[in-house]
Amino acid sequence: MTAALGARALGKRYGRNWALTGCTLDIPAGHVVGLVGPNGAGKSTLLNLAAGMLTPTTGTIEVCGGTPGSGRAQLAKVAFVAQETPVYPGLTVAEHLRLGARLNPGWDDALARDRVAGLGLDPRRRAGKLSGGQRAQLALTMAIAKRPELLLLDEPVAALDPLARREFLADLMEIVAEHGVSVVLSSHLVADLERVCDHLVVLVAGEVRLDGEVDEILATHHRLTGPRREVSTLPAHQHVVSASHTDRQTTVLVRTEAPILDPQWTVGDLDLEDLVLAYLSGAAEPGRRPALEVLR
Amino acid sequence: MIEFHLDGGSRLSPYQQLVQQVRHALRLGLLSEGDQLPKVKDVVAQLAINPNTVLKAYRELEHDGLVGARPGVGTFVTATLTGPPPAVLGALRQDLLKWLVKARLSGLDSEGIEALFATTVRAASRKDTA
Repeated sequence: MTAALGARALGKRYGRNWALTGCTLDIPAGHVVGLVGPNGAGKSTLLNLAAGMLTPTTGTIEVCGGTPGSGRAQLAKVAFVAQETPVYPGLTVAEHLRLGARLNPGWDDALARDRVAGLGLDPRRRAGKLSGGQRAQLALTMAIAKRPELLLLDEPVAALDPLARREFLADLMEIVAEHGVSVVLSSHLVADLERVCDHLVVLVAGEVRLDGEVDEILATHHRLTGPRREVSTLPAHQHVVSASHTDRQTTVLVRTEAPILDPQWTVGDLDLEDLVLAYLSGAAEPGRRPALEVLR
Repeated sequence: MIEFHLDGGSRLSPYQQLVQQVRHALRLGLLSEGDQLPKVKDVVAQLAINPNTVLKAYRELEHDGLVGARPGVGTFVTATLTGPPPAVLGALRQDLLKWLVKARLSGLDSEGIEALFATTVRAASRKDTA
């Protein structure tokens, strides 16, 4: 199976600022990948690079076996829904579908019409008059009706209320089950990602901090609590993600493949949200906390 | 047909919760041989979860010999997890009720009874496996 997305030492600079540096990723096809990180971590930059909307400053990126932005064949393989799910406010729902049919060689008109009918959208209604949830659903319809191999979604549910969010994600999962499309979606709501994603990438300050399958990530991270001790006394195979001390107690979050044998520790499991937060806050410089979207 | 639900506060992962719900339904007789499990697509749409989660749960149940996949049709129950017949269960329940009365008369509250029960079950199962 070819990789849905592969990056080697990928970097992107805007003027003097690096939005993304040394990004190396391998995302196999058939996954739903969650991309998490605080504002300005480089999530949108990575998605735009994958879509071919941006070109890399350094390194390479390969999407579905081709180079993003290399031509029509590549365009047909990838669908991209940018932040705030943009649609043309002046065009009606039906006109959106006609536009999609003209612009995309692999357009599945039956699928698009079925979805519009299933969502109860009035084809004569202008997109500018739709609710946030309906606009997001229209954008998803456009993206999926071109029958891409990879679907890129930048914060697709950020602006939606809880019900619309749930409906959107349920529809997205149904599409994945039916069409086997790979998905990369960014979100700051880890709770949403926990259910829908089977692969997770954590970006902090333009760098990949964590990349792996959710089940494996959960199985290899542990919270250890015990009497106060120095973190440097931990075995070498236990990679420390974060540590905190009181005058008597030490709590560390470690990543390790091996079982925890030290009887001094009480071993606790973490949920995905705790874990992502540890990676995000572990990256903070003392006295300067990043804006944690996850806390919203 | 059963309907799945996910408990956000559960310590079990979503796929483990699905497996557990099928096993419970089998034990309680809500599912029996030949019954179809919900289609992956329907579970996914109902719970807004990753299809691979459902597939993983069904694969584990298949591995345990409880269900079988018929390609293109769906996943069906192939075994039952029935306990003893209702009469035997009823008798055991009567014994337990008598014991509960005794425990209460000795001054144990519900929490104490549950704790004693849980530790005794654990200790007994350890002895069995040893």
